[in-house]
Amino acid sequence: MIALLSFTPFQPTPGLAIWSLLIFLLFWFIMGKFAFTPIAKALEQRESDIQHALDAAKSAKEEMATLKAQNERILAEAREEKAKILQEAKEIKNQTIAEAKEKAKEEASKIISASRNEIENQKKAAIAEIKNQVGGMAIDIAEKLVRKQLAGNAENEAYVKSLVDEFNLN
Amino acid sequence: MFTFALVLTDPYKIMTKRNFILLFFALSLAFTLAAQHESQTPQAEIKDTTSLHQEHPVAAEAAGHEAAAEGHGHAEYDPAGTAIHHISDANVYSILDFVRIPLPMILYAPDKGWDMFLSNKFHPGHHEDGHAAYNGYVMHHGSVYRIADPSFQQSEAEVEGFEHKIEERDGKPIDVYFAKINGQDLRLDPRTTLDGGVLGGGITSFYDFSITKNVMSMLLVSLLLLFFFTRAARAYKTNPDKSPKGVQNVLETMFMYIRDEVAIPFIGKDKYMKYLPLLMSIFFFVLGLNLFGQVPFLGSVNVTGNLSVTMIIALVVFVIVNINGNKHYWAHIFWMPGVPVPVKILLAGVEFMSLFIKPLTLTLRLAGNISAGHIAILSFIGLIFIFGKSGESLSGGAIGTAMAIPLTLFMMAIELIVAFVQAFVFTILTASYIGAAIEDAHHGGDHAHAAH
Repeated sequence: MIALLSFTPFQPTPGLAIWSLLIFLLFWFIMGKFAFTPIAKALEQRESDIQHALDAAKSAKEEMATLKAQNERILAEAREEKAKILQEAKEIKNQTIAEAKEKAKEEASKIISASRNEIENQKKAAIAEIKNQVGGMAIDIAEKLVRKQLAGNAENEAYVKSLVDEFNLN
Repeated sequence: MFTFALVLTDPYKIMTKRNFILLFFALSLAFTLAAQHESQTPQAEIKDTTSLHQEHPVAAEAAGHEAAAEGHGHAEYDPAGTAIHHISDANVYSILDFVRIPLPMILYAPDKGWDMFLSNKFHPGHHEDGHAAYNGYVMHHGSVYRIADPSFQQSEAEVEGFEHKIEERDGKPIDVYFAKINGQDLRLDPRTTLDGGVLGGGITSFYDFSITKNVMSMLLVSLLLLFFFTRAARAYKTNPDKSPKGVQNVLETMFMYIRDEVAIPFIGKDKYMKYLPLLMSIFFFVLGLNLFGQVPFLGSVNVTGNLSVTMIIALVVFVIVNINGNKHYWAHIFWMPGVPVPVKILLAGVEFMSLFIKPLTLTLRLAGNISAGHIAILSFIGLIFIFGKSGESLSGGAIGTAMAIPLTLFMMAIELIVAFVQAFVFTILTASYIGAAIEDAHHGGDHAHAAH
């Protein structure tokens, strides 16, 4: 039996204390420098990388969403534009057609009226000519007739004369 | 840490969990068998009259209340003495009772000067008792003693045996040892201890600065940790974008736990980096040594159960805490804000004492827990000897073994938890002390402290 008072593990010995201090301080210094600090930094780096990656993914998602919305907006605008352009084109077409019709009508009426005038003129000329010829022929006939009858008839002669006078053509 | 790392590093991949458990059982069984072998050895030695372990009859009489059985047929099994012998630091690294690795002795006696030699000069044998004296020093139970008699001048002498007596000193019993050299009983001086006689030690004629078993274990564990950690650190550098594997993963799990559950909550996100190396060093140093001491057949060293070691770590914590303490911290110690002056004076006393009690509790808690675990395991193994009546009764020994195996296994499992818990507790308390020392006075009001 030994006296339990001399509990050797609990008797602080200067030798072990000094070695412990030396080894612990060295351990702290070396491990701190070559292991703990680099690992802590690597872990922080990794965490921030992960955070960045997550943030980047999130912002990319957001960007995608805004891009999509923008695309849709542009598409809708384009569609609207298209409809508008088509509408305008239709209107222009209709207008053009209407204008063309109008112009054609005008032209036609102009031509018609010109033709009418021409016809009228021609008719007048023709009538005048016919009148002249008929008058000439009638005069000829009448002359011949009159010459034959009038050869002795003063009365007739006077009558014919009055008739011819009546033939003042309208 | 050590065993975990072994299981998880690549060359040891074949070491599956089942294999590991089987190995553990086999080792435990072998351990108990070896212990039984040890228990029978003294019996054999007793028959041999030159046995070193046999207590001298004269001394036994002189000791008076020493067990009468000693010196007779059987060396009585002394559980407490055995346990203390096994958990004490030693100047030789014994693995079981077969391998004795000599360690460098660095001794200083004020009247004689320095002595440096390897501990195999003592020819350590069974129970780490040296068969030879060298330069006036002898080895008993693994520790170095100096022959107190100044007339003894032989540089080398054969030690025939050791005696043990209990003497009174200042009304307290202390152990005194004698070495029998040339037929004479020479009184031995133990090495100097710093307890000032409180724990049975004191300043003696010489100092032991040797690289002891504990120092060797600390070096070994530090190097192992350095190896694994630098490997892990390199892995972070070479593949920073890969998920951690193997040893890196094991260490990272613990590292992250200490960082996220201890360092950041107690110290704060902006300041923790400065103290992280210290906290990690404490955690892994203590954990590594706790676990190293648990490995059977590796000497079962009790480093973190040794007050000298825990005292030093606590001292480092004490220094770091107090040199970093800010105005706010010192104000709370010496002139507590928000309380009446008489209370301020009272609290200053209490707080000043707590300044020293904190590292003291750190020291005692760790050393006590780890030593207690080792003692419990040794006591359970001691059941084999108690039941076997020190090798006299084989059937008793068998019963003792049958009891000792499950109890020891249970205790080892508990100790495995304790190894982690104590390392964690030491670290978390360190972090809380540092946190308290550097905390800013963010709760402006004077009475806010009462809310703490």
